Amino acid sequence: MQLEYIGAFNVVLGVLARFWPVWIALVLVMGASFAYKKRLGLYGQLFDSSVGIVGVGICLFWLFTAIFASTISPFNPLVQIPIMKDALPGAIEPQSGLVYLFGGDKLARDVFSRMVYGSQIVLIIAPAATGFALMVGITLGLPAGYYGGRIDTVLSFLANLVLAFPVILLFYLLVTPGIMETPIPYAMAGLFFLFPIIFFSVLFWTRYKKRPDRLYILLGLTLIIGGWVYAGLVFDADPFRIIHIDPNQLNIFVAVVFASSPGVFRIVRGLVMDIKTRDYVAAAQTRGESPWYIMLWEILPNARGPLIVDACLRIGYTTILLGTLGYFGLGLAPESPDWGTAIKDASRLLRSFIHPALPPTIALMSFVLGLNLLADSLREQSMKD
Amino acid sequence: MLSFILRRLGTMALTMLCLTMVVFFLINLDPNLKKLAISQTEMHTSAEQLESWLVNHGYRQNFFSRYGQWLGIVPKQPVTDPATGKPARRFSFCNDPVEPTFSGVLQGDFGCSTKFKTTVASKLFPALGATGILMFWVLVVMVPISLLIGILAGMREGSRTDRTLSVASIASTATPEYVSGVIFTVIFASWLGVLNGSAASASRGITFYNFTLPVMTLAIYGIGYIARMTRASMVEVMTQQYIRTARLKGLSFGSVVVKHALRNALIAPFTVIMLQFPWLLTGVVIVEVMFRYQGFGYTLVEAAGNNDIDLLLGCSLVSVFIVLITQLISDVGYAFLNPRIRVQ
Repeated sequence: MQLEYIGAFNVVLGVLARFWPVWIALVLVMGASFAYKKRLGLYGQLFDSSVGIVGVGICLFWLFTAIFASTISPFNPLVQIPIMKDALPGAIEPQSGLVYLFGGDKLARDVFSRMVYGSQIVLIIAPAATGFALMVGITLGLPAGYYGGRIDTVLSFLANLVLAFPVILLFYLLVTPGIMETPIPYAMAGLFFLFPIIFFSVLFWTRYKKRPDRLYILLGLTLIIGGWVYAGLVFDADPFRIIHIDPNQLNIFVAVVFASSPGVFRIVRGLVMDIKTRDYVAAAQTRGESPWYIMLWEILPNARGPLIVDACLRIGYTTILLGTLGYFGLGLAPESPDWGTAIKDASRLLRSFIHPALPPTIALMSFVLGLNLLADSLREQSMKD
Repeated sequence: MLSFILRRLGTMALTMLCLTMVVFFLINLDPNLKKLAISQTEMHTSAEQLESWLVNHGYRQNFFSRYGQWLGIVPKQPVTDPATGKPARRFSFCNDPVEPTFSGVLQGDFGCSTKFKTTVASKLFPALGATGILMFWVLVVMVPISLLIGILAGMREGSRTDRTLSVASIASTATPEYVSGVIFTVIFASWLGVLNGSAASASRGITFYNFTLPVMTLAIYGIGYIARMTRASMVEVMTQQYIRTARLKGLSFGSVVVKHALRNALIAPFTVIMLQFPWLLTGVVIVEVMFRYQGFGYTLVEAAGNNDIDLLLGCSLVSVFIVLITQLISDVGYAFLNPRIRVQ
C-alpha cells in the first residue's frame, strides 16, 4: 500500500501548529516578564540582552513542551504502526489521517511524538538531579571551605577521587542491570537524599533557634515533606502512592548525582574560602554567631550568583550525561523515548535513513544551548552589579 | 618544587590504590560474576556448574587476596584442574604461572581478557596506540583553532567579532560528541558524500577520507570550552596597566597583542587544555564506538559490555592514570609558567 505524503512546507506548518499550547504559554509568560521586568530582579535583567531573551525563550519552550507533551504529540510515543516503518517525513497515517510530521523510525513509531515525550524525561531528571547535587555539594562544601584543616583534606580527597573517574567508566560500573540486585544503589540513594533534609533542618534551626513558634512549624514541615519524599524515592513506600520512581530510573538518578556533586563541592569550597575573609563574616563571628549560621545565612547568600550560573550550566551538562547514558543504552529502557536512546537507535542506521536522527539531536542541542546562553547572560548581568 | 612533585605523586598513588579497589569491588559484584560465568560456559548450564566454574577459575577466593594478587603483592595461586587434580593455568589462552608467583600489575602482568581470549597487555596497548594517534590529531586541530578564536574574541571585548565568536563557542560547548557526530555524518557522509562515516578502515591506514569525521567530532566539543577560557584570560590581560603603557608609548595594537598580551594570556589556557584530557577520554569512547575505530574507548566498551574483568580493570587503571597525570602536569606547568606562583 502506498503512503500519501504532505509537502515540506506543510510539514513546517504542521509542526508549528502542533506546538500551539507552547506558543500561547510562551507569549503569556514572556510578555508578562517583559512588562514587569523592572520588578523581577535578576530574572528581569535577563530581558535586557538579546542573548538572555533567546536563552530564556529556548528553556521555556522545552519546559512547556514537557508540560503539554500529551496535547502536542499526535501519537503515543511507544505505539508501533507497522505500515509506517521508516516512513519519510510528512507521511499520512491511513487509519487516523494524522501525519507523521518527522517520519517514522525503524520500529514504525512517530519520531515527532518521541521527541516531544523525550523532553519530559530530560526535564524531570536533569533539574532534579542537579538540585540534589547542589544540596550535597553545598552541605559538604560549606564546612570544608569554612573550617579547612582535616575535614577539608578528607572531603577534598574524596571529591578528587570521584572526579578522577572518567564519567563513562563510572556509568558503566554504576548503571548496569546487575547492580540493581545489590543494595548499592539504594544505599547511595539513601545517603544522597538525606542531604536536602539535613540542609533545610540546619538552615531553619540556625535561623529560628530563638523563635520556637516558627522553628517548630518549619522543622516539622521539612521533616514531614522530606520524609515523605524520602520514603517514596528510596524505599518506594509512599503511603499515598504519588511519588514513585522506577528502580532503573533511581539508579540513573543516583549515578548522575554522584557524578556531578563533587564539581559543586569544589565550587562551593572555593567560594567559601574567598568569602570567609570578608568583613561581614568577621562581624558575625564577633557577634558570637554559630559557625553554621555564618555559613548558611552570611556566606551562602553572597555566593548565590556564581552558584545560579553553575546550576544552569550543570543542568545542561546533566542533560548531556543523560544523553550519554541513553547513547550507550545504560539504565533507560530500550523503548524509552528519551533523546539519547533515540540518537543511539538512529545513528546506527544513518546510511539508509537520516530523518529519525535529526529531531532528537537538534532537540538536545537546542536545550543545552538555551541553558548555556541563559547561564552566560546571568553571569554577565551579575557581574554588572 | 621537588618535594611538591613527590608529595603529589604520593597522593596520586594513594588515589589510584583507592580507585582501583573501588573498581575491583564493583566489577566483582556477584551479579557481574554470574554474568561472566554464563557468557563463558556453554548454554543451559545449571547454577551449580556456574558456581563450580567460578570456583575453578579462582573467582571465589577472598576479596582482598584477589585484589592483592591482581596488584602483585600477594602471590598468584594457580587453580587446580578438577580432572587431574594438578595445578593448572586459569585460562588456556594466556600463560598464567603454574606455581605461586608474584604476578600482578606491579610486575607488569595485567591478566587475561576473557572476551578476546588473549592477555590484557596484548589487547590494551595496541588499542592505546590507536587512540594516541586519534588524540594527537585532535590536539593538532583543537588547540590552535581554539586559541585563535579565544584571542580574536578577547582582543577587543564587546566588539562584534567578540560577540559572534562567543556565541559560536557557547554553541560548540552545547554540542556533545554524539550529537555533532550524527550531524557531521549526515552532512558530510550522507548528503555531500565527501567523507567516510566509519573509521573502521583507519586501523589499517589513516586517510583524510576516513579520519576527518572522528577528529572533527572530538575536537568541536573542546574547542568552545578552551576558546572561552582563552577569551576570559585575554580580556583580563588586555585591561592591565602594562598593556595601556605599551599602547601609550606608541606601539601598534597588533604588536601589543602579539608581544605583550599573548604570552601572559596563554598561561591559563594551558591548564585548561591539560584538564581537558579527562573530558576527551569520555569523548574518545563515544567517538570510537560511533565511528567503529578500534581504540581504547572501543576496548573499554567491549570489556564493560562483556564483563571482562581483567581488561576492564586495565582500562580503568589507564584512564585514571591519564586523569591524574594530566592534573599533575597542569599544576606543575602552571607554577613553571607563571613566575608569580611559588610552590611550597
